[in-house]
Amino acid sequence: MAGLKQRVVNVYGWFERRVGFEGPIREASAHPTPPTSASWWYVFGSAATVLLMLQVATGILLALVYTASAGEAWASLQFLNHSIYLGWFLRAIHGWGSDFMVAIVLIHMVQVFLFGAYKYPRELTWIIGVFLLLCTLGMAFTGQVLRFDQDAYWGLGIGASIVSRVPWIGGPLVHMMLGGPIIGGQTLSRFFALHVFVIPGLLLAMAAVHVWMVLHLGVNEWPMPGRIVSKATYDREYHELTSKQGVPFVPDAAWKDAVFAAAILLSVIACALLFGPFGPSGQPDPTIIQTAPKPDFAFLWIYAVLAYLPPELETPFLFIAPIVVIGAMLLLPLVAGEGEKHWSRRPVAVLMVAVIAVTLSVFTHLATFTPWSPLMEAWSGDPTPTAYLKGRSPLERQGALVLQDKQCRNCHALGGAGGMRGPALDAIAARMTEDQIIRQVLQGGGNMPAYGNALSPAETRALVAFLMTLRGNNLSPATDASHTITQSGAMRIPSTRSPQSSVPSP
Amino acid sequence: MTNASEPSGQPQPHISPTSTAVPELRTAAHSRRAFLFKLSLYLNGAVGAVLAVPILGYLLGPAFKKDSSYKSWISLGPISNFPEGETRLVDYRNPVTTASDGETGNVACWVRHIQGNQFQVFAINCAHLGCPVRWFEQSKLFMCPCHGGAYYEDGSRASGPPERGLFQYEFSIAGNNLMINAGQMPTLSNSACLKKPLVQIAPNSSIQDKEETSWPA
Repeated sequence: MAGLKQRVVNVYGWFERRVGFEGPIREASAHPTPPTSASWWYVFGSAATVLLMLQVATGILLALVYTASAGEAWASLQFLNHSIYLGWFLRAIHGWGSDFMVAIVLIHMVQVFLFGAYKYPRELTWIIGVFLLLCTLGMAFTGQVLRFDQDAYWGLGIGASIVSRVPWIGGPLVHMMLGGPIIGGQTLSRFFALHVFVIPGLLLAMAAVHVWMVLHLGVNEWPMPGRIVSKATYDREYHELTSKQGVPFVPDAAWKDAVFAAAILLSVIACALLFGPFGPSGQPDPTIIQTAPKPDFAFLWIYAVLAYLPPELETPFLFIAPIVVIGAMLLLPLVAGEGEKHWSRRPVAVLMVAVIAVTLSVFTHLATFTPWSPLMEAWSGDPTPTAYLKGRSPLERQGALVLQDKQCRNCHALGGAGGMRGPALDAIAARMTEDQIIRQVLQGGGNMPAYGNALSPAETRALVAFLMTLRGNNLSPATDASHTITQSGAMRIPSTRSPQSSVPSP
Repeated sequence: MTNASEPSGQPQPHISPTSTAVPELRTAAHSRRAFLFKLSLYLNGAVGAVLAVPILGYLLGPAFKKDSSYKSWISLGPISNFPEGETRLVDYRNPVTTASDGETGNVACWVRHIQGNQFQVFAINCAHLGCPVRWFEQSKLFMCPCHGGAYYEDGSRASGPPERGLFQYEFSIAGNNLMINAGQMPTLSNSACLKKPLVQIAPNSSIQDKEETSWPA
């Protein structure tokens, strides 16, 4: 046994003599870290790196089977899911690994922001981190395209439509993006090249520089309220801190990184096992139009924003907002490179994180049920609540049929079922008078199409008769205030129909 | 590296003993080698520039192709397939496809036969962000599943985020066939954009100018 051990040591020595890795690695792993930074709050960066490695490994494994051809990609994914032993599991790990990576990178960024770790001398580390975030999102988007299904196909259409709005060079840019006149073989090929070669290359190179800079500059110390970062004194203070109290990164801090990374990997595996791979959904056949495409989780908020922006604001917003947001992130450490690090002394920073987090969550939540989209099957699929039909006249019941037949339900809910694009109609007669309903139906407005050309007078009459019965829980019907006034004679119009008028005639 | 490894026979007139200890300084002092090194950098820069021309040409190739080079007239079938007063979904194979396009080379469009030789052929792509719009005969509306754009039967904007009506293909009637000029995905920036987007968006204005005003010939 001892002989074997000696032989292993000898072999190691043979390689080490020629490679010489031991010294630099030993130095890097033992670099002094502020003892307060050996914290559970400092584990997200390393976890993101571990997830990147997982993605590279599983990505290569998937590439063994995946066919990057628009005609065959979808079938090769089905093949991976159903015919390759554990192919579904590898796809699931790669898919969930992607979601976890986006989440961990964002958490890492928020932590660094709130701990003021982007301040001097770590400005460039932050700036490279911003590009790493963009690359991570780029991987998520291009990865969704490689899952070449209906969502990917129409997602590319959305991408091309957005790109086409770029002033002056929109047209050439669309052709560059698609690689041809339509979304097709060359489109998938170039997204494959981006996802497999270009972005991962950038990601690995920049991650290496990012980690190198962490080693070079040292791990950020735990911020303390009142401990001000100043370019004049920081280097000396940090050196004093690490040389007096510093602990070696390995093992004192690294064990927490390792435990967290293992926990994250286990979570990815658990999600993969429990929830399985993402899609593919329907095949990418553009002639199948019975589809409601949706982006992946990380981009749902954009989907919601695009639905809520006023049309005339959309194009400016699409191109100005990203420049402002990315520019602000890049400039942040250069503008605020000194001063307080602690979050309790940076209320604006905390408020910003809170507002952005709430905004993104709300938009993401909205995009999970897309209240702005008409439900294409509601008119033929959702039943009319029986309570709304009981005791109604034939005309009113005819109106209920018209309401279904003219697809009103696609945008308007009845009894909680139906689209949410327009208001629910359960109590419509308590909010609008008959005149108002007729006008709204025939002329539209307020984001509702005009139905004047789609309804015959008889259909309109029946529909309005039915709508007038919808008064929620027996609310009183809406009245037109001007009617009351004119009828009461307050407008000094002689009236024979208001004998009970309290206003004496002159 | 020590001085001992330096060939002692060579004359090194301007080098002080301290500078010979640092390889960089030693090289810098050799003005001929430094010059050759600089020259080699310029040479590689020039080679790189020469190489960049075909690379950029290859990369930007699709960008410089004209819209018209993708488009050609194709048949959607005999007119009798499209009853008057109806709007029907038609599939066609894109005139320009590659071997790897597969089913993505098929394109759908909506054909509205108004009467006689009056047609409208709408792109399937919503003018907002390109999702496939669906026709509803009963309410005479096109609806988009993505962000809720809606269009009237003549393709004009009815409601929702689109800033204009549906894209239309040029059509012609050859013999008994309905032909369209097609070939690329319609977007706001290419020749599918026959009508400029509305600047003023008034929900009801589209009713007045609904009567078939601007058909592409």
